[in-house]
Amino acid sequence: MLRKFLDSIEPHFHKGGKWEKHYALYEAIDTGLFQPADRTKGTAHVRDGIDLKRIMITVWFAALIPMFYGMWNVGFQANTIMADMGMTDAEGWRHWFIQLLAGYDANSFWDNLVHGAMYFLPIYAVTFIVGGIWEVLFATIRGHEVNEGFFVTSILFALTCPPDLPLWMVAMGISFGVVIGKEVFGGTGKNFLNPALTGRAFLFFAYPASMSGDGVWTAVDGYSGATALSGLASDGLQNGAVLLPTGQLTWLDAFLGNMHGSIGEVSTLAILLAGAILLITKIASWRIIAGTLLGMIAMSTLFNFIDAENPMFAMPWYWHLVVGGFAFGLIFMTTDPVSAAMTNVGRWWYGILIGVMVVLIRVVNPAFPEGMMLAILFANLFAPLFDHFVIQKHIKRRQARV
Amino acid sequence: MEHYISLIVRAVFVENMALAFFLGMCTFLAVSKKVDAALGLGVAVIAVLTITVPVNNLLYTYLLKPGALAWAGFPDVDLSFLGLLTYIGVIAALVQILEMVLDKYMPALYNALGVFLPLITVNCAIMGASLFMVEREYSFGESVAYGFGAGLGWALAIVALAGIREKLKYSDVPDGLKGLGITFITVGLMSLGFMSFGGIDI
Repeated sequence: MLRKFLDSIEPHFHKGGKWEKHYALYEAIDTGLFQPADRTKGTAHVRDGIDLKRIMITVWFAALIPMFYGMWNVGFQANTIMADMGMTDAEGWRHWFIQLLAGYDANSFWDNLVHGAMYFLPIYAVTFIVGGIWEVLFATIRGHEVNEGFFVTSILFALTCPPDLPLWMVAMGISFGVVIGKEVFGGTGKNFLNPALTGRAFLFFAYPASMSGDGVWTAVDGYSGATALSGLASDGLQNGAVLLPTGQLTWLDAFLGNMHGSIGEVSTLAILLAGAILLITKIASWRIIAGTLLGMIAMSTLFNFIDAENPMFAMPWYWHLVVGGFAFGLIFMTTDPVSAAMTNVGRWWYGILIGVMVVLIRVVNPAFPEGMMLAILFANLFAPLFDHFVIQKHIKRRQARV
Repeated sequence: MEHYISLIVRAVFVENMALAFFLGMCTFLAVSKKVDAALGLGVAVIAVLTITVPVNNLLYTYLLKPGALAWAGFPDVDLSFLGLLTYIGVIAALVQILEMVLDKYMPALYNALGVFLPLITVNCAIMGASLFMVEREYSFGESVAYGFGAGLGWALAIVALAGIREKLKYSDVPDGLKGLGITFITVGLMSLGFMSFGGIDI
């Protein structure tokens, strides 16, 4: 029935139709609900059902796992701290909603989820609406299709935000990411930086006070809870655990995600589950992931041998894996098919460069405790170059054979 | 040795001529359409910088610095006002020699670089490196390391930009931004990526 309705209104959107200008919008709704009607023309016929749309939806679906965990965790951390500080309710409109649906009990799964959702959902909604407006605006004026790439960009961007980020900054960040990071180059597939990371990097450098430091990771006003990375940077590991204001954080805690951090990045376990989905469906390139892990392990082991005052030097690789945004970036950001290297050999080098850079920034650079975002952006710059040299090598090899 | 290595690393990454100081922009934007040409120009810039910075360092130390002429019996003479003129003269002469060498031995590269080879003379990255050398009071050894590092950083940046621009050939840029406009945005975003080194102190 819906199909019939969509078909019946379709002519209005074609050239000369009543709503010609809004074709992009129609197309997005139509192919979002049904499968695209396009068929391969000519002799080359792709029989695999997987297209950009299905790839993006799968990534989006996989990102829901860390999202739900992240929401619960934001609520759990907030509720625990509020109980510690003797606060009984949150402020403003959030209190009203939470009271309506749940309470403030840190032991209740539902209460935590609702509390976390009160922080995550506004961020996601703003990301989606503001970014979506840009997307549709560009699609309408430039005459290309609204692309599902934005689904992925929006959720990844929202998941890398600290829970306490002001919403207007969220809007600024996603606008920069979508417009400058992607749309000026012509939309999905034509950019060279990961748009979600571009937006986040923009916020990171423009409003460092709201994107880093100790005060932003908890959804409770006036409470400063350090992330595992900043704890590690200042004190290092003691008896195999990190000393934080909230108490000791063991490796298992960090792996499961019982700590402060950006919404989606805390639980390595949840992210690895999502990563398994992406790897089984062959959407994420295992070469990039393996390369990144290899680079990270090699570099951190190298640093372990150096005897330095900075406690980060002594941090073993399995700690690098579970703290900060490493796991999230590894699964979701490095494997972005657009901004990563396209050739198989290039993918290895691209991954290794990210792994090396992330440890380098975390350990050597005192200005940034977190390195994953910047490492990936840096590697994005060199991805086309890796491809270029790999292709040149292939051409030379072929020429030698002729 | 460690000191020189850290100097090179800093010149390449932390204080990258093109992406941290935005020096040498005209050639940077103009000759970055093809990776091969960019690679050639990058090597030329490395060569010019590695030679000019130490040569200018010698001239500065033994001729121009206040009191530098003490060995000739003029301890009170201060010729540092001649600095700019001397440095640019040295650079121009060296580029001229480089041009002749390239013309003779690598005509393909010579043709690819075209007018931009003589333009290295007025490439502000080259001049900038000499001026930074004077300002930071590098010794002769340091100036060799710094000149090489600065050139390497600039070459790395232009090759990366050329790689990106080759990829961007397939992008669909709005009419008003085609050509230089999008390149400026690209360079800005690259600089964002290079910010990862900002604050490293070695």
